[in-house]
Amino acid sequence: MGAIEAPDLSLAALTPLLFVFGAAAVGVLVEAFAPRDSRHPVQVVIALVGMVGAFVSTLLLAGTREVTAAGALAVDGAALFLQATIAGLGALSVLLFAERSLDPARSAFVASAAVPAGSARDAELATSEHVQTEIYPLASFAVAGMMLFTAANDLLVMFIALEVLSLPLYLMAGMARRRRLLSQEAAVKYFLLGAFASAFFLYGLALVYGATGSVRLSEIREAVSVSGTGGLLVLGLGLLIVGLMFKASVAPFHTWTPDVYQGAPTAVTAFMGAATKVAAFGAILRLLYVAFGTADWTWRPLVYGLAIVSMLVGAVLGLTQTDVKRMLAYSSIAHAGFLLTGVIGLGPGGTGSGLSATMFYLLAYGLTTLGAFAVVTLVREGDGEATHLSQWAGLAQRSPLTAALMTFFLLALAGIPLTSGFTGKFAVFRAAIEDGAWPLVVVAVLASAIAAFFYLRLVVLMYFSDAAPDGPTVGVAGLPTTTVLAVTAAATLVLGVVPGAVLDIAESAAVLVG
Amino acid sequence: MTLTYYLVLAAVLFTIGTVGVLVRRNAIVVFMCIELMLNSVNLTLVTFARSTGTIDGQIIALFVMVVAAAEVVVGLAIIMSIYRTRSSASVDDVNLLKY
Repeated sequence: MGAIEAPDLSLAALTPLLFVFGAAAVGVLVEAFAPRDSRHPVQVVIALVGMVGAFVSTLLLAGTREVTAAGALAVDGAALFLQATIAGLGALSVLLFAERSLDPARSAFVASAAVPAGSARDAELATSEHVQTEIYPLASFAVAGMMLFTAANDLLVMFIALEVLSLPLYLMAGMARRRRLLSQEAAVKYFLLGAFASAFFLYGLALVYGATGSVRLSEIREAVSVSGTGGLLVLGLGLLIVGLMFKASVAPFHTWTPDVYQGAPTAVTAFMGAATKVAAFGAILRLLYVAFGTADWTWRPLVYGLAIVSMLVGAVLGLTQTDVKRMLAYSSIAHAGFLLTGVIGLGPGGTGSGLSATMFYLLAYGLTTLGAFAVVTLVREGDGEATHLSQWAGLAQRSPLTAALMTFFLLALAGIPLTSGFTGKFAVFRAAIEDGAWPLVVVAVLASAIAAFFYLRLVVLMYFSDAAPDGPTVGVAGLPTTTVLAVTAAATLVLGVVPGAVLDIAESAAVLVG
Repeated sequence: MTLTYYLVLAAVLFTIGTVGVLVRRNAIVVFMCIELMLNSVNLTLVTFARSTGTIDGQIIALFVMVVAAAEVVVGLAIIMSIYRTRSSASVDDVNLLKY
């Protein structure tokens, strides 16, 4: 037996990941050892340090193109761009979690998740300012998993990252302080369907391994070009796509999305909606472009069909919604379809602009979604949030600023010019047209028009309806939420008016090694 | 080749698991069906490790076991918390969120 050689490990290239994993591990220790009173501020600072540190180190690493950890991780332009996006969105989400001035009990999260909802003890704790702080380490683990997901150059690492990002999210979905039954129900649904989907991903992994003898993306690509694609490999790829599309909430694998988005605490929904989508599309792009880029006929028809179904399901079912959070959930399903339009734009030999367009779209969409959900946390009724559409009637009279912000975010989601949504949509549609997929773009434009109707309906409701006398109150946002709103609104505007610089960055970062 | 039998058995187990998730009503049973799916994948993996002559499949199977264990912890915690509230683990009762 020869000695086992240690794999090459470029620690420098892994700094972003180490920052967030480190913050998560320290967070768990703080949870165990720090006195209760000082825990909340300490946890917030640790989580922020981890994510901001990761964000800064991805910027410092810009230009790195290497495969490390014995080939398991690819630190390249696409990975770094998406990691920076995820870390930034994660830091903003932590600020939303840390908001203490909106809820009368000073936190949107449950005081003790183990106490049964509706029990006497639960009623006692409902007004208690005591709060558990597990949400911060959980969020750090989720962000770390997402960042790993975008850099995974190996199907096994991709599976582990998928679980590392999913398991904390299942728990976070069930931690709302108000309407705990809805929240717990969201957690059960998300968990059962998420585990179901990851079993499909895993079976796909096993079949691809059987067909090619490896789970390394580069070796799969070689096996495909040497021995072609057999039924086993195509079936495996199909199952892998099912698993990934579930995470990206692409129809027809979207059924969990509206329920979980509605039931989860709004700050967690914001985090899930924005960051998970970035991570899932990072993995989709890497799998399809790196491993199957040379055999694109295996996935192109499937992705083409899924894009159409997702756009139409999101846009049409969004019309019938009566709850703001559910409406935004269907909007996220429609946007997943638009993003797949960008994925189609691989181009001959991988020269298309699909990769950079999709990356830019993810950044723009993530920031806008986060902002929209941050506004939802402000509109309150009694102790909880007022999410029914009818409660938003006449909001502009009550709080012109809140209504104006929401209008701006909704216009960006609809893709109106001078917002980031327009630039993003323009980029992905152009990428698809360059690749000859114009029928898909026709459907996409049509779906955008349908979706614009339900965004504008909410705008009309806020501005041109009379407010009900017992309508909701608009909470005064504390510093964290104000920061989030300012950053996301500014980014949505800048990426719409002067997107050139960021588009250039996305273009120069659109490199996949491996 | 006799290895084919193992693959067919794994596929059958995976299908039983899938059907179980879709038709059973108790969250714990649904969860056990998901575990069955994961374990059928393990069988597939070790069979392919044998047929391709590489060791990766066996290593991946070990990783899958660890992940499955972690998933049990999280899953049972979530199912327990809702069971304590409702005294029922039926997924038909979890119906507040719809449309």
